[in-house]
Amino acid sequence: MGKQWYTISVYSENHVGLLNRISGIFLKRHINIESLNVSKSEIEGVSKFTIVVFTTEDWTRKIVGQIEKQIEVIKAYYHTDDETIYQESALFKIASHLLFDERQIQNIIKESNAQIVTVNREFFALAKTGRRHEIDEMHDALLPYGIMQFVRSGRIAVTKAAMPISEILQEFQEN
Amino acid sequence: METLKAQKKDSKSQKSIRISGAEAIIHCLLAEGVDLIYGYPGGAIMPVYDELYKFQDKLTHILTRHEQGATHAAQGYARVTGRVGVAMATSGPGATNLVTGIADAQIDSTPMVCITGQVTRSLLGSDAFQETDIVGISTPVTKWNYQITRVEEIPEIMAKAFYIARSGRPGPVLVDITKNAQFDELDFVYEKCTAVRSYKPAPKPEPSSLEKAAELINSAKKPFIVFGQGVILGEAEAELKALVEKTGIPAAWTILGLSAMDTDHPLNVGMVGMHGNYGPNMLTNECDLLIAIGMRFDDRVTGDLNTYAKQAKIIHFEIDPAEVNKNVKVDVAVLGNSKETLSQILPLVNKNEHKEWKAEFDKMYQIEYDTLINNDIHPTKEGLTMGEVIEQINMASGHEAVIVSDVGQHQMIACRYAKFKQSKSNITSGGLGTMGFGLPAAIGAKMGAMDREVVAIIGDGGYQMTIQELGVIFQHNVPVKIVVLNNDHLGMVRQWQELFFDKRYASTVMTNPDFVKIAEGYHIKSRRVSERGDLQEAVKEMMASKDPYFLEVKVEKEDNVFPMIPSGASVSDIRLK
Repeated sequence: MGKQWYTISVYSENHVGLLNRISGIFLKRHINIESLNVSKSEIEGVSKFTIVVFTTEDWTRKIVGQIEKQIEVIKAYYHTDDETIYQESALFKIASHLLFDERQIQNIIKESNAQIVTVNREFFALAKTGRRHEIDEMHDALLPYGIMQFVRSGRIAVTKAAMPISEILQEFQEN
Repeated sequence: METLKAQKKDSKSQKSIRISGAEAIIHCLLAEGVDLIYGYPGGAIMPVYDELYKFQDKLTHILTRHEQGATHAAQGYARVTGRVGVAMATSGPGATNLVTGIADAQIDSTPMVCITGQVTRSLLGSDAFQETDIVGISTPVTKWNYQITRVEEIPEIMAKAFYIARSGRPGPVLVDITKNAQFDELDFVYEKCTAVRSYKPAPKPEPSSLEKAAELINSAKKPFIVFGQGVILGEAEAELKALVEKTGIPAAWTILGLSAMDTDHPLNVGMVGMHGNYGPNMLTNECDLLIAIGMRFDDRVTGDLNTYAKQAKIIHFEIDPAEVNKNVKVDVAVLGNSKETLSQILPLVNKNEHKEWKAEFDKMYQIEYDTLINNDIHPTKEGLTMGEVIEQINMASGHEAVIVSDVGQHQMIACRYAKFKQSKSNITSGGLGTMGFGLPAAIGAKMGAMDREVVAIIGDGGYQMTIQELGVIFQHNVPVKIVVLNNDHLGMVRQWQELFFDKRYASTVMTNPDFVKIAEGYHIKSRRVSERGDLQEAVKEMMASKDPYFLEVKVEKEDNVFPMIPSGASVSDIRLK
């Protein structure tokens, strides 16, 4: 079975030790977490982990089974890229004088649909949201001019199919 | 506490009492029906020990000689009773010493609650004296764990700990309690936990999967059942027996499934796995339907997965969805508690017999008996065998004893030859293979089943890993029978060195002390046997003793355990010699 990108979505209680527990599941199997994002979800009081891995479906399924087994996990799903709508965000910090000295930078900003978040005398900050390759392209375009700082977030994703967490919570309550 | 229990039906009318966190912990334990705990005191757990002192008429605390012993004793107690075992320790080294037992309980699905003291909340993260991140350390080996830092959390977390430990697929839970939470006071009300929102202990059996499974069972020509501890944990022994008898399907147990069925049941065909019986291993690769019940296809059971039961359809009765298709791809998974699933499938299966198929198991047993078993249990060579010792214990106990084993050759021999009439009678460290498990586990088993004979079978290596627990046996006069099968070697490792490492015996010879003198130092009746002529009488004397008894049997130094499936080989490559 070939390896590909999988997005694992984990709905859970907000519990302090859970991140450690979940990351341990990957560690034990020597599978690298390519990106990780933790946020609130569409349901009040329910957290959502979005984890990206590059591995086989068999491993992904087993990992999701182990994650789901954790007491505070309500439900875990995995999806391929085709089954999700996903984005990443990046911030670039660049010296302000480059805006005037290197006219090309303005073109890069326009073409990449990046936003200028702040400008001051020393630096300006650019925010870019998009697919990994779009951010990488922008990064590569800016690199020759000098990037003071760069950071990219983990993937965030919503799935095309439903993830009926409210129904599952309802079921837990009935049992 | 009786009043607290009585009140819990109507929690709203429940009156709270103003007590310290430490006292609250005791009330929680009593409310959960705990009357026996194993542990070791120290700085960060002292407030709880102070309360234990006050409650000693209701709650017995057994001071083990090492915290690891506390966990194994709690495991032994849990395995023999089916109840939650409890171990307690202080922070730092006290807590880290629990880890081996916790890992053992996790892999063998044993319900256990471990309570550890922790430095006071304001010192957390300051590298205080005896501070260690036991929640972090124990995370991969616990079913659940939690650090209590506020006294108000105690009742809810303790209730949750016991519920999680015993429900569904059982396992160990660790609750770490900072010292401030033990000293502070709360308005204590206890309510047992009956559900956790995000946790489903056991899936409900799907009627469609039951029907598919029944269809496969009814049409199979050579069906074969392999059952594990899931039958014991689900208390489904009667349901298993009914299924086996109605369908006439030969059934083998895994090492942790031992005693879930009468050894002498005509359809019990013995043990699968690396040192299991010849027939069930060989015929795994000839059956047309493999029915796995409450077992997890451990590598010691399956050998090489690429050649494991490839010809067969496979049904997996399992409580833990994460176990399905983990190691072996199955055709039908029947999820749920074994008691429910087995009782629900029973009306769907046809009454049947598989005489010819069963005869193949009998034929293979005869081969194994003639080439191996007879020599093991009725040897004619000079040196004593481990097998004949187990056979003598069988005869003296009438198959009624609880057999606790440690890890190694003696364990495999005990599991091969010990006979059982009652469930929950075989206590061994199957998954983790923890040397040192046997002696403390036997203490816990005996204290959990005082009306039963408990015989610990231990090798000279593992014995010395937890030998200090003789102190508990002496202090509390725990009448366990300890049999050390002494071959002056780490026998199983020696066997592998002989077979697979060209007889390079690296660090497997043991120069042992005088074990009888050590037992005598603890005032435990003891005896050493090195001649066959003395064995039967010595075993009888041991079994007749009302007090703890230590029996050392000097066995042949260089015996190997067979049959054996070499590591990574196919089950059908099992070697008889």
